[in-house]
Amino acid sequence: MQDFIANFANLESLARIYPLLFQGLEVTVLLSLVTVPLAVALGLFVAVLYSFHLRFLNPLLILWVDALRAFPVLVLLVLVFYGLPFVGINLPQFAAAVLALALNSGGYYGEIFRAGIEAVPRGQTEAARSTGLSAWQAAFSVVLPQAVRYVLAPLAGNTLELIKTTSIATAVALPELLRSARVAQETTYNPTPLTAAALIYFLLLWPLTRLVARLERKMVASR
Amino acid sequence: MGRLAETFFNAEVIATYLPALLSGFRVTLELAAAVVTLGILLGLALAMLRAFRFRLLNGLIVAFVDVFRTLPQLVVMVFAYFGLPYAGITISAFAAAVLGLALVLAAFAEEAFWAAITAIPRGQWEAARSTGLSFGQALASVVMPQAVRIAIPLLTNRTIAITKGTALASVISVPEILDKAQSAMSISANASPLIVGAGLYLAIFGPFVVVSRWLERRYGWII
Repeated sequence: MQDFIANFANLESLARIYPLLFQGLEVTVLLSLVTVPLAVALGLFVAVLYSFHLRFLNPLLILWVDALRAFPVLVLLVLVFYGLPFVGINLPQFAAAVLALALNSGGYYGEIFRAGIEAVPRGQTEAARSTGLSAWQAAFSVVLPQAVRYVLAPLAGNTLELIKTTSIATAVALPELLRSARVAQETTYNPTPLTAAALIYFLLLWPLTRLVARLERKMVASR
Repeated sequence: MGRLAETFFNAEVIATYLPALLSGFRVTLELAAAVVTLGILLGLALAMLRAFRFRLLNGLIVAFVDVFRTLPQLVVMVFAYFGLPYAGITISAFAAAVLGLALVLAAFAEEAFWAAITAIPRGQWEAARSTGLSFGQALASVVMPQAVRIAIPLLTNRTIAITKGTALASVISVPEILDKAQSAMSISANASPLIVGAGLYLAIFGPFVVVSRWLERRYGWII
């Protein structure tokens, strides 16, 4: 037991590396703060476009969303970071991570918003349009506010997944929380930084997990 | 245009590295099969145990689910691979990847199966018990067959999403598709292996995405 504590909850090692962990946390939080709104905006845009039922466009949108759903986000990140330089586009790690995460998660958000929009009766759009609102106005002021309520649970769930997924930026050596913990672990020969990072992730995200669980239960119960 | 084709669709490079990529393809399939089997079975077992409502055990199950729904997959995987050896448990990178992903999938599967079990009307339990079945028999032969059918559409998207996480195993250098593609790319200084790798992922997960879309339409679930 003593060995276990010395290994996994070593305060000495923690005292040495905590600034590194906090820097990592900062990058993780920043990455989430930039990516979540971008991905939501992208998803909204795609879903509203879809709701206009433009015949030539919708199969393309579905294809895009499905391709992203079939495609691991890490592969997308590697393509963006290591593939784009071959065509002369060099993105820094942070921008590459934002781009890959937003594209991937934007597809999921789009799918969720689309489902929500389809649950709103068509009469709502027709009534809104008949009062003189444009198609975009009707979508944003009348349909979406109702649509969001139908899909609160998957929206919150997807946001949680997106924040968790920022940890893959480790793979392109962006010094976010997981990467910082790995570096700290290798310099101290001690797994305490990993334990600490896991704990930080847990404390940061657990409230959101509980919220998602509650919303999901409500949704299942309402069926 | 010719240069672009040479960089991204170079037949010579592809021919050289195709065997390596295909061996990665096999490892990805093995990873995916192991993760799905272990994760779903463990989730199912936990949900059934939870139905017995032993207070202490249920507390532990809920804690397990919360922890593994909250921690990013990659964090669990990195911890299993780089952390556990300090506790005297050294497992292969393949095993660490399976363990990390299967635990996360088990947490989500438990939630889905449990939601389904609680959605079965009380009358089903009462009728089963009144014919003389024990609690365990009623659970296994009457409730679960119905609950599994409710849980399947809840689970498909999540299972695909987590199974796509097999690409994360490249971070702990399991020789799966992305790992092989990345090393082929850096040796050949050419992006074609990555494009082929991306194609292989689409070949594995594309069909599942199509099936999940069909399931969604059929059962009308959004998650």
